[in-house]
Amino acid sequence: MKVLVPVKRVVDPYAKVRPLPDGSGLDTASVKFDVNPFDEIAVEEAVRMKEADPGVHVTVVSIGPAECEDQLRKVLAIGADEALLVETTDAMDSTVVAAELAAVVGQLKPDLVLMGKQATDDDCNQAGQMLAARLGWPQATFACKIVSQGGGIEVTRETDQGEETLSVPLPCVVTTDLRLNEPRYIALPGIIKARSKPLQKTARSTTAVPKTRVVSLKAPPPRPAGRKVGSVSELVAALKERGAL
Amino acid sequence: MKTLFVAFESDDESRAGGFCEALGQPWDSVHVPADALSDAAATAVQAAVQGHTHIAAVSSMRSKDVMARVAGLLDCGMVTDVTAVVSPTVFERPIIAGTVTATVEATASPVVLTFRPSSFPASGQGPASSTPLTVGPSLVQRTATNVRGGSRPDLTQAKRVVSGGRPLKDAETFERVIGGLADKLGGAVGATRAAVDSGIAPNELQVGQTGKIVAPDLYIAAGISGSTQHMAGIKDSKCIVAINKDPDAPIFEFADFGLVADLYDAVPELEKSL
Repeated sequence: MKVLVPVKRVVDPYAKVRPLPDGSGLDTASVKFDVNPFDEIAVEEAVRMKEADPGVHVTVVSIGPAECEDQLRKVLAIGADEALLVETTDAMDSTVVAAELAAVVGQLKPDLVLMGKQATDDDCNQAGQMLAARLGWPQATFACKIVSQGGGIEVTRETDQGEETLSVPLPCVVTTDLRLNEPRYIALPGIIKARSKPLQKTARSTTAVPKTRVVSLKAPPPRPAGRKVGSVSELVAALKERGAL
Repeated sequence: MKTLFVAFESDDESRAGGFCEALGQPWDSVHVPADALSDAAATAVQAAVQGHTHIAAVSSMRSKDVMARVAGLLDCGMVTDVTAVVSPTVFERPIIAGTVTATVEATASPVVLTFRPSSFPASGQGPASSTPLTVGPSLVQRTATNVRGGSRPDLTQAKRVVSGGRPLKDAETFERVIGGLADKLGGAVGATRAAVDSGIAPNELQVGQTGKIVAPDLYIAAGISGSTQHMAGIKDSKCIVAINKDPDAPIFEFADFGLVADLYDAVPELEKSL
């Protein structure tokens, strides 16, 4: 089985990021970049599938500038077999990413596309579903458990009210939620091995243009300063005074 | 210029008026059956789109699942989690765990939108028409459903929410301490990602960037330090109370009222005094 895992380069999800004073973009001068955490969960899951079944082959793909190679090397170190970088500095939104990924799928013909449910920079939560729609493939979003099952897979997914389990035929698109797994610690041998794994670079193969555009960025208005109370009774009195109780 | 509102829950339509009014154009409503799976639901919505410039739904896991697929079928743009309408083609939405507000322009029509109803007034005109959707067969098969939540109000709509973090030792303690106060307040229970990850609270209670976004009148955070990811989910609450024994916990910077105390003392005392 061939598994394709799209990986996005995002600003460090644990760093404090601010908009530039003129609102034209993010101040990323002193911020490092990392693999989108949900994509890392997807890579981990694909590598576990491969460890359980040596017939599984894992390709990771990133769409973006040359620097994405750093993130691809990191996920190769987790255990992916090979990487593809669709190198571009074009402006993108989820529709462009979905179109470009669909072209990669057409070329590589994976049985399963496994990807993060959202990126922690734009928080859009769109690309996986858009890709599945373009391909006419079934989808299972917010996966918290994946089990191979005959010719398909069984996906347990998070819902607004709890969980549900879907039996999904291949090929399909699955997006990963937090509880699916805990990505492994990457040990030095993995990092060294990743350096010699194949990483192919190509240009974009579609002319899709974005259908949304970020006009400006700003900091949200700060919350008014609160105050500390000394006891539960003082808290109750303060809440009553505020009309919150 | 006309909006197609896609209702997933029975009360979604009553939460759409303010947003649709902000768009300033008439709207039709279609209802997706509760058991419809995403691919079939998206195809049914696609068939109803003609004549509409905006396709909108209340933000939820289900609407993101289906509406992004609708956008994919239509090959059109999508703006997720809209919090303000600047013009019918320009919207505001939070990014990077709510630390930045982006102004986004839809440069093509139609556009698919999901919006946070808490950011818009509840008033507004009702839909011009309201129609149930007929949904065909799905490519996938649902083999099991596990609905939790019980008798408490829905987390995203509750007027009062009590949330707990990792310091709650186990599921039983979490339910007794956090659930007890929530029930006394007639509110919902929430949890941090750390509490969910460590198995003391179920995932659907997770509040934050990647969990649920809440905006109650009163949010009580017990044993929650206040990570950026968690604050992204609660910052629109009208009144935030933090109870934490660490006086340097970042949540005290956001809270309207902060009480430095052990939650095992303060939460039961609060429950008793109500």
